[in-house]
Amino acid sequence: MLVHLPVLQVIVPLMAAPLCLILKRVQLVWLFTLLVSGIAFLISVLLLQQVMSSGTIIYELGGWEAPWGIEYRIDKLNAFLLLIITGISTVVLFAAQTSIEKEISQDKHTVFYVLYLLSLTGMLGIVATGDAFNVFVFLEISSLSAYALIALGKDRRALWAAYQYLIMGTIGATFILIGIGLMYQMTGTLNMEDLSQRLPEVAQTRTVFTAYAFVIVGICLKLAMFPLHLWLPNAYAYAPSIVTAFFAATATKVAIYLLIRFTFSVFGLSFSFTTLPLQIIFMALGMLGIFVASTTAIYQTNVKHLFAYSSIAQIGYMIVGFSISSVAGLTATLLHLFNHALMKSALFLALGAVMYRIGSVQLSQFQGLGRQMPLTMAAIVIGGLSLIGVPLTVGFVSKWYLLMALIENGWWPLAVLVLLGSLLAIVYVWRIVEMAYFKPSLATHANVKEAPISFLIPIWILVFANIYFGIDTRLGVQVAQAASESLFAVSVSDITIIEDSL
Amino acid sequence: MIMGLFNDWVVVVLMMIGLYIIIAHGNLIKKIVGLTIFQTSVFIFYISMAKIDGGTAPILVDGVTQYSNPLPHVLILTAIVVGIATTAVALALIVRIKEAYGTIEEEEIQEQDSQHKDSHKLNIHNSSEINRDKKEC
Repeated sequence: MLVHLPVLQVIVPLMAAPLCLILKRVQLVWLFTLLVSGIAFLISVLLLQQVMSSGTIIYELGGWEAPWGIEYRIDKLNAFLLLIITGISTVVLFAAQTSIEKEISQDKHTVFYVLYLLSLTGMLGIVATGDAFNVFVFLEISSLSAYALIALGKDRRALWAAYQYLIMGTIGATFILIGIGLMYQMTGTLNMEDLSQRLPEVAQTRTVFTAYAFVIVGICLKLAMFPLHLWLPNAYAYAPSIVTAFFAATATKVAIYLLIRFTFSVFGLSFSFTTLPLQIIFMALGMLGIFVASTTAIYQTNVKHLFAYSSIAQIGYMIVGFSISSVAGLTATLLHLFNHALMKSALFLALGAVMYRIGSVQLSQFQGLGRQMPLTMAAIVIGGLSLIGVPLTVGFVSKWYLLMALIENGWWPLAVLVLLGSLLAIVYVWRIVEMAYFKPSLATHANVKEAPISFLIPIWILVFANIYFGIDTRLGVQVAQAASESLFAVSVSDITIIEDSL
Repeated sequence: MIMGLFNDWVVVVLMMIGLYIIIAHGNLIKKIVGLTIFQTSVFIFYISMAKIDGGTAPILVDGVTQYSNPLPHVLILTAIVVGIATTAVALALIVRIKEAYGTIEEEEIQEQDSQHKDSHKLNIHNSSEINRDKKEC
């Protein structure tokens, strides 16, 4: 059983999705989905333990040997990602039933859980697999279900947002497909490990450059990197709250993972950063993303929009860390990936609770909510502090590591810019705090009560995680550091191979 | 040079036609047509890549030593299925958009959205009752 954990990670939710349709009562479907997600979480914990103690796990599907068959390759990086995805998914699901009762019409509840599980399968598959074409297939599984999930939103603009996401997402996925095709043309293999060994031989050809460009642009569309982020704000704002909480914490993170995997493992550091001017491009776009998206967030009147733009800004931080291309920089990116998942799932779940009680997340409707929904608002405040990067929250830890990585390279001006970007976060978080605590309550909200317990428990689990991992940083830092060190070890050995052949 | 890369030229031209339609046309159905052409160009790219000069279909026959590569064909079967699924989801979305907005022109949809931007009332579309009311009107 333990041997089959890597494939079970993906198969369990995949098989569970159609089973949901058999169950008659929606409550049962919800409990079943929760159970499946919980099992997936357990599997990912076991996998992470195994990987940390005994190294990379290689699983050959159907017993076919690697370059011919598909293999699942679980190393520290993807074990970490699997843990984040399944963990967030499980916690978010606690609130799902209560939340969708108000946001999705009754007859679509079962379908919602089916789509949710399929989307989860897709994300886990992308992360677990060691095969480039498999990545594309799982990407489309998760994206197609994502389009449908977003379209379930109550507002009709959700449909338009889903459509726009579909167009952008499909272009992105097709770009990745072209890139994979070009790589196959040059090397005759689709296995990532095999690709990483064969690509250096042909690295100086135009075909490989083109392949890399297509793959990276495709991935950047998926991860909503500035300026390819246009699909994200509306998709997050009009999707059902649960979907937003789940996607904001996981979907873009999976794309960041792909970016790291293709850049470091498949193409190798020497190719990605030495032969191409990627460092400057990513650094500039990441910084621009932080400032443009944070500034846009300040002017939003819909709080979901506000946090969606803040997500784009946070992606900017991850891109900046990535572009430093040092162990410290990558550690900062991975840490921020973990921490941002914790913050944004807590924040969007809290917004889901507001949506549940008030039926709107317009900023003007937040007036006086600090007194009427104290626990929910306190969660938003702590989540917001974490976004800003206040000490004792997780946000501080990753920003600290990012600053350290920048200073390590002597890039003082950039470190100052990162700090300035955090100041913008103070402004948009303050706007919510001001509304919630310093304005009188609206007369129409006289009967508004605290959110139901099914919301408060998951929200506060996530908030406590935000604080806990901000104080006891061992788990996140250790895993992130180990993962980035192992990625660099592989990439550096690539460099020595090239030098030998020269 | 040009004739040698004939298949690549076809792929690139089709790809650009597809992308152009997606960007230039405001009609949602036409955008999907563009998207399909764009995806199809990639399918052709994979399929033509697998062809080897003088190679036959990859079925073991005595006396034949050169075969075309079957793997890209198989890959593209998967991609075609994905493409059909995408088109299906997109068309379903367009049907719902038509129900909710009464139009499938991008400009008109954006116009309607910008009118509603200031009001924080939800444009509820999901409850079938409201849809029915609209139809009666």
